[in-house]
Amino acid sequence: MNEHAQKAAEFIRDESRTDWHDEALWFVRTKRDKASHGIPEWEELRELASQVKDNVLSNLDQYLEQFESRAVQNGVHVHWAADAEAHNRIVYSILEKHQVQRLVKSKSMLTEECHLNEYLIERGVEVVDTDLGERIIQLKEEPPSHIVMPAIHLKKEEVGELFHEKLHTKKGATDPKYLTEAARQHLRQKFLAAQAAITGVNFAIAETGGVVVCTNEGNADMGVHLAPVQIHCMGIEKILPRAEHLGIFTRLLARSATGQPITIYTSHYHRPRPDGEMHIVIVDNGRTAQLGREDFRNSLKCIRCGACMNTCPIYRRSGGHSYGSTVPGPIGSILTPGIDLKKYSGLPFASTLCGSCSDVCPVKINIHEQLYRWRQVITQEGHLPPAKRQSMKWAGRVLPSTSWYNFFGKLVSWAIRRFPRPFLYNRFNEWGKERELPQPPRQSFKEWHRQREA
Amino acid sequence: MPVKIGLFIPCYIDQFYPQVGIATLELLEKLGCRVEYPAGQTCCGQPMANTGCEQDATTTYQHFVQLFHAFDYVVAPSGSCVYHVRKHYDIIEQTEEVKRVRKNTLDLAEFLLDVLQVKRLEARFPHKVGLHQSCHGLRGLRLGSGSERILEPSSKLNTLLRMVAGIELVELTRADECCGFGGTFAINEPAISVKMGKDRIADHERQGVEVLTAGDMSCLMHLEGIIRRQRKTIQVKHIAEILNGASL
Amino acid sequence: MSRNSILAAIQKNKPAEKPLPAIPSFANGKAAPIDIFTSMVEVGGGQVIRDTNSHNLNTTIKKLFPEAKRIASPLPAVERNVDLDQLPSPGELESVDLAVVRGQIGVAENGAVWVTEENCGHRVLPFITQHLIILLNPSDIVHNMHEAYERIQVDATGFGLFIAGPSKTADIEQSLVIGAQGARSLTVVLEAV
Repeated sequence: MNEHAQKAAEFIRDESRTDWHDEALWFVRTKRDKASHGIPEWEELRELASQVKDNVLSNLDQYLEQFESRAVQNGVHVHWAADAEAHNRIVYSILEKHQVQRLVKSKSMLTEECHLNEYLIERGVEVVDTDLGERIIQLKEEPPSHIVMPAIHLKKEEVGELFHEKLHTKKGATDPKYLTEAARQHLRQKFLAAQAAITGVNFAIAETGGVVVCTNEGNADMGVHLAPVQIHCMGIEKILPRAEHLGIFTRLLARSATGQPITIYTSHYHRPRPDGEMHIVIVDNGRTAQLGREDFRNSLKCIRCGACMNTCPIYRRSGGHSYGSTVPGPIGSILTPGIDLKKYSGLPFASTLCGSCSDVCPVKINIHEQLYRWRQVITQEGHLPPAKRQSMKWAGRVLPSTSWYNFFGKLVSWAIRRFPRPFLYNRFNEWGKERELPQPPRQSFKEWHRQREA
Repeated sequence: MPVKIGLFIPCYIDQFYPQVGIATLELLEKLGCRVEYPAGQTCCGQPMANTGCEQDATTTYQHFVQLFHAFDYVVAPSGSCVYHVRKHYDIIEQTEEVKRVRKNTLDLAEFLLDVLQVKRLEARFPHKVGLHQSCHGLRGLRLGSGSERILEPSSKLNTLLRMVAGIELVELTRADECCGFGGTFAINEPAISVKMGKDRIADHERQGVEVLTAGDMSCLMHLEGIIRRQRKTIQVKHIAEILNGASL
Repeated sequence: MSRNSILAAIQKNKPAEKPLPAIPSFANGKAAPIDIFTSMVEVGGGQVIRDTNSHNLNTTIKKLFPEAKRIASPLPAVERNVDLDQLPSPGELESVDLAVVRGQIGVAENGAVWVTEENCGHRVLPFITQHLIILLNPSDIVHNMHEAYERIQVDATGFGLFIAGPSKTADIEQSLVIGAQGARSLTVVLEAV
């Protein structure tokens, strides 16, 4: 059994908690449905967004160069990082230059992917994640389980206990209002003391050299505008050609993510403030390789809304941690094999290929089709478990042959009818652990038809 | 010129659920179709392909094409197999025969509504019925709008069921969530697969459904497996059986 | 060097040229609906006050926030007691109870208002303040984001943003809580014309 299947089975063992997790995410999916139903041109917007991203991918080098030169003209320092290590080194060198000891961060899946926090903490920098969900999991020393709602897997009792221990809230207090207020007071002190602030980037505008960050809490701005040094870390694929394209993407993003018509704050940063310094780090870390994979390059269109997670019946019932990748869920299962195919070869199989992910995706990534394609690549590269590989080779010989097919069909039916139950239902029968096998009839359709013709 | 229709009965229906094949054939004949059933048929090849071994499935694809290329339409009571033929037979050489088969292979519901343009059916089924929207038919073949897309709601299966006298169709809390079968997924990830199935059944039960129907028997095989293990009273029937005038 | 190797890899791996699509405006051309704007601000957790003019602005503010002790605003018409020009550090603004700024464009479809650093005195003001009032001319309300971006020059200033409500979070069990890290409330005051 692959790693996802194992972890999923563990997650499901607590069935009422699984139901709770499933309902929490389904609720977000329902909000997304309601919000997008309010926009008659929704499907047209998705198509436009997909086409804009197609254009971006086909001109990515020019757009990045244009973006860089505009940003430099704006007085921004632009850095390029080929991989996670380079990214972390660059960020640390900026902090070192300013002797930064206290850093605040707002949500960034990229820095999560690069393991920036660990890198900086090892070098003596205090790193505080300031999005409430991120702060919760940081205090709990866990990775995020969702890209938009990092602590969606935790119950308020668990957060209450954690805050009691770390932030000295009242013992037994579980009211989200009270806990959020405690976090507010705690984080305000961190914002005021910070010497630098890091944010992720939702969109970067080639034409103007600026970056756009969307939050609901206002934590990105609290950090950026209070600290003297601001750093924005972005993957190369975040580029949009012009500001007018933000019209499409800001309409799609929050509605897809949480069902809100727009995030509370949509901040556009173009120049440092007079007494400040602004840096942008542009990161590859496997993205150009993905761009070269024809079947999979569309995954780079992703705007990290998380809608595919909220709709995925498997994600909802297995939790983000079961994927073992920075980005979990359907989109993670097509992005991550590109990073390490062998290690993540189980992920494209963590799907029924139901296709719901592709249909909620605001940029129309054909996620389920890419899952199917990754499965083929995994077999070609020899990463399918040998037993499975053999059985499929065998099936590939039996099924094109009418006589073999008829013979085995009869055999299986006969076995199910005649074998005593313990022979059929044992530890090798994954189907039969919680399900009955079908009850084979005396006559197959084929036999019935032969008789009828005769 | 009379239209030649080839009937494809998926492997697991052939072996385990012949009554679904019989209902499909009888229904088509009742509607005046001349239907041939090539006896050499086996499987569409999906089990290998969905496991990542589509190269092992190409001979099966060729076998399918060879048996069915001479028909004007190939009709099957399975959105999933039809989707597989149409979508994934792209890896073998695209001869005229292959192109023809890929274009003309239709799910039963598509064939009834789009080709035969059926407006009414001689069937009566006075029961509370819950329709499970099998994913490959719904999102693969677009047999309906689906709850994700912002379109005028539609469903071919629903349209057909509404032609059945006495039927009471229920509305589900989750209109088209996957049942968790997913081919080899059912045995690769049994815990989630079963949990998804249980949740689907529970939704139907909450609406008081007596009979759970779908366009794909594979979904129903999985759901029925859970229903029987848990000794529940809800029954499953393929849509072809209901449209053909089955009784409980 | 990373830069050149990244750009070279993109050049090698990128797909064939795909054109940019034209973007329709999606607006119906009629006057921008204030009512939709108002209800969308409310959806975001804010409130809208109508028909305030320069004569009764300060009365309105007092009525809305009678307890506000420290009031900051770059607008001379507002009765204020925090000097935004003489800040030893932006952190001093932590004690501000109420900030009043001007918004440039309102968006009906989502209740967002475009504000730039020039409207704020200091960039951090609309976030760090406990409560926020944005003054908006109703004739500056547009239908949707496409129209808004048509009117805005995003790089006219170093920093600009859309604000669509008070700071909020749902990170604990999806329970909506108003007042996360930023302002605890948002009031959009529509000026009488």
